[in-house]
Amino acid sequence: MSSLPRILVLGIGNILWADEGFGVRCAEALAEHYVMPDHVTVMDGGTQGLYLLPYVEEAKRLLVFDAVDYGDPPGTLHIVVGDEVPRFMGAKKMSLHQTGFQEVLASAELLGRLPDELVLIGCQPVELEDFGGSLRDAVKAQIAPAIDVACEWLTRWGAPPVRWEGAGRQLNVDSLLMSAYEAGRPSARAACRTGDARFMQED
Amino acid sequence: MSVLETQGFKLDNSGKRVVVDPVCRIEGHLRVEVNIDSNNVIRNAVSTGTMWRGLEVILKGRDPRDAWAFTERICGVCTGTHALTSVRAVEDALGIQIPDNANIIRNLMQLALQIHDHLVHFYHLHALDWVDVVSALKADPKRTSELAQSISAWPLSSPGYFRDVQNRLKKFVESGQLGPFMNGYWGNPAYKLPPEANLMAVTHYLEALDFQKEIVKIHTIFGGKNPHPNWLVGGVPCAINMEGAGAVGAINMERLNLISSIIDRCIEFIDMVYVPDLQAIAGFYKSWTYGGGLSSQCVMSYGDIPDKANDYSASNLLLPRGAIIGGDLSKIHEVDLRDPEQVQEHVAHSWYKYPDESKGLHPWDGVTEPNFELGKATKGTKTRIENIDEGGKYSWIKAPRWRGHAMEVGPLARYIIGYAQNNAEFKEPVDKLLHDLDLPLTAIFSTLGRTAARGLEASWAAHKSRYFFDKLMANLKAGDLNTANIEKWDPSTWPKEAKGVGFTEAPRGALGHWIRIKDTRIDNYQAVVPTTWNGGPRDAKGQIGAFEASLMDTPVAKADEPLEILRTLHSFDPCMACSTHVMSPDGQEMASIKVR
Repeated sequence: MSSLPRILVLGIGNILWADEGFGVRCAEALAEHYVMPDHVTVMDGGTQGLYLLPYVEEAKRLLVFDAVDYGDPPGTLHIVVGDEVPRFMGAKKMSLHQTGFQEVLASAELLGRLPDELVLIGCQPVELEDFGGSLRDAVKAQIAPAIDVACEWLTRWGAPPVRWEGAGRQLNVDSLLMSAYEAGRPSARAACRTGDARFMQED
Repeated sequence: MSVLETQGFKLDNSGKRVVVDPVCRIEGHLRVEVNIDSNNVIRNAVSTGTMWRGLEVILKGRDPRDAWAFTERICGVCTGTHALTSVRAVEDALGIQIPDNANIIRNLMQLALQIHDHLVHFYHLHALDWVDVVSALKADPKRTSELAQSISAWPLSSPGYFRDVQNRLKKFVESGQLGPFMNGYWGNPAYKLPPEANLMAVTHYLEALDFQKEIVKIHTIFGGKNPHPNWLVGGVPCAINMEGAGAVGAINMERLNLISSIIDRCIEFIDMVYVPDLQAIAGFYKSWTYGGGLSSQCVMSYGDIPDKANDYSASNLLLPRGAIIGGDLSKIHEVDLRDPEQVQEHVAHSWYKYPDESKGLHPWDGVTEPNFELGKATKGTKTRIENIDEGGKYSWIKAPRWRGHAMEVGPLARYIIGYAQNNAEFKEPVDKLLHDLDLPLTAIFSTLGRTAARGLEASWAAHKSRYFFDKLMANLKAGDLNTANIEKWDPSTWPKEAKGVGFTEAPRGALGHWIRIKDTRIDNYQAVVPTTWNGGPRDAKGQIGAFEASLMDTPVAKADEPLEILRTLHSFDPCMACSTHVMSPDGQEMASIKVR
């Protein structure tokens, strides 16, 4: 274990809900294409809420990938830094896990163990209301730019990732990889893709 | 206005309608509407699952050996328990026997999940329905210390310790960042604890927050990774190498010792902090006897934690299995998940289409075809419903029934069944708690009973973890290191068609996955989750579900602060932190609160 301050790169969201999967897909791609210094952990946080607290607490620096409603045009990448991060994540309740991760940050703060530096790399979603669906093209196109931004931050933090062209580290089992997940999707006719706008409070 | 009678309840939908609408998508959003009479007593309750969750559909055509990985993603809390249920369903379908060590390790993971979930539920999701954080600021640390020492020998109990916590809390509140304590109904007259009990509970909230992280390490070690542990059809994916010095993924003596020490600390924390707190808090709420709902009538448990591997019969399951109907505790009915006449899902009031909606369908023959239509008396528009019409279809949750009865599932159901079976492991702790609080047996049929059963079960699970850990060590010492059976891993060994059912007792209740396999692919997959049982809508006969029943006849101190509604709904441990909007009768948002 290195004595350098820990850095956690966390992808959060739910891969089963269309653009909700943005954060997890970014973390997967980062882990696959880059070799990280020892003191950096790349993790698929899913929608795990309090389960993530120990990892967040151990980190001095936290970088989060997520689908966030900033009110921007769909597919826009938006970076938020520092104190703004938890507040920003609480701005609108649209994401599957948002309350959960906000609560993690609040809990870490209550215990006096919030990371010193927070960076949120968020993407404005195109579509969330599609259970079983994958990322929309505009959001998928932001994975590579999001990873570039993450690499800049990691470099600034003294932990430059090294690009790796071979078969990289896989965060998740084969069946959940984006290609396999998309290929196994039932037809639009079989799957209900009408979503659930009925109960969403459009405010 | 109309009054309908069902299951001993009188449903009266006149009076003021209050809507509680958590905008949460974990295991389905939940929205509840109630009618309150002129005395602020709930006379009608309507539970709506507002989310389409078509897991069944997206699994169709995939490899059955992968189903666990998808089911693990349904929800952020029940990850492991869905995965376990899924691998059991596939093993049942294909006739796969797992090694004893795999059974033990799965039990240890499932028990760790129970302990973690119950602890986090009590302190972080539910306690604030009973505990007033702001009142804790007024507590005398010295008297808090006396109170803590009178109920437990837990060492962290000095006046200085409580003063420190109080100061930290003050700073937090003064900074305006209430964080997890935001949006509480602080000062509501339904809060009954003195400031000292509030401070003690908030202090333990913080300790539990710190401690819960330890429990999860059991999943990290056995599951190879966290937060999404790996599972395997045929066993568990972790290899055991007793001499190994930290080989990646393999379990060695060092890791086993860590698990052993975590189990010891779980036992200590639950028996010295959680259960004494529960008892102390319950002592102040003895007169709040509401929320029992269906628990005094119809409860069911599938059972779980097989003692010996591969035997899922009631006598081998350490968590009790059975059904009670009509409140007759002298008769435990056998539950058979394969019998097409027993578990059936109905859709008369659900947004699905069946060929004949007067009848239910067994999950193996289940159909998940959406059909969103609203009853004529619905107020509002399709995209912004003000009041739902429970006379029509009103939920995305199906209405499961056991032999036609609406059932409550969960820790209270398990404890009532264990009690009725005269199983000392369940009966004695209940009797002791009731004796200490000077309450009759009927007191357990309540919101508090549900909350108490969860605490007692956490203790049971911690002690049972010790039992299984010792069993694992005995196997390993005898040279049995086998953790997986891969004889039938290759699909060419499978029959052309097969069907199976897997079940567990998730922290919040009975969970079943029914699978049909055809030509090595998933042909049909139906998951009936605990929230389907508890949160489901009415059926064709008009029978209400467990959530709906539990709210009936509860008085609400302040109609615009439905603390009592949340208290009872939370006692079922709905899946996760949800954000809730409370709407006034005219549809105006009155408050934004948290369903914890």
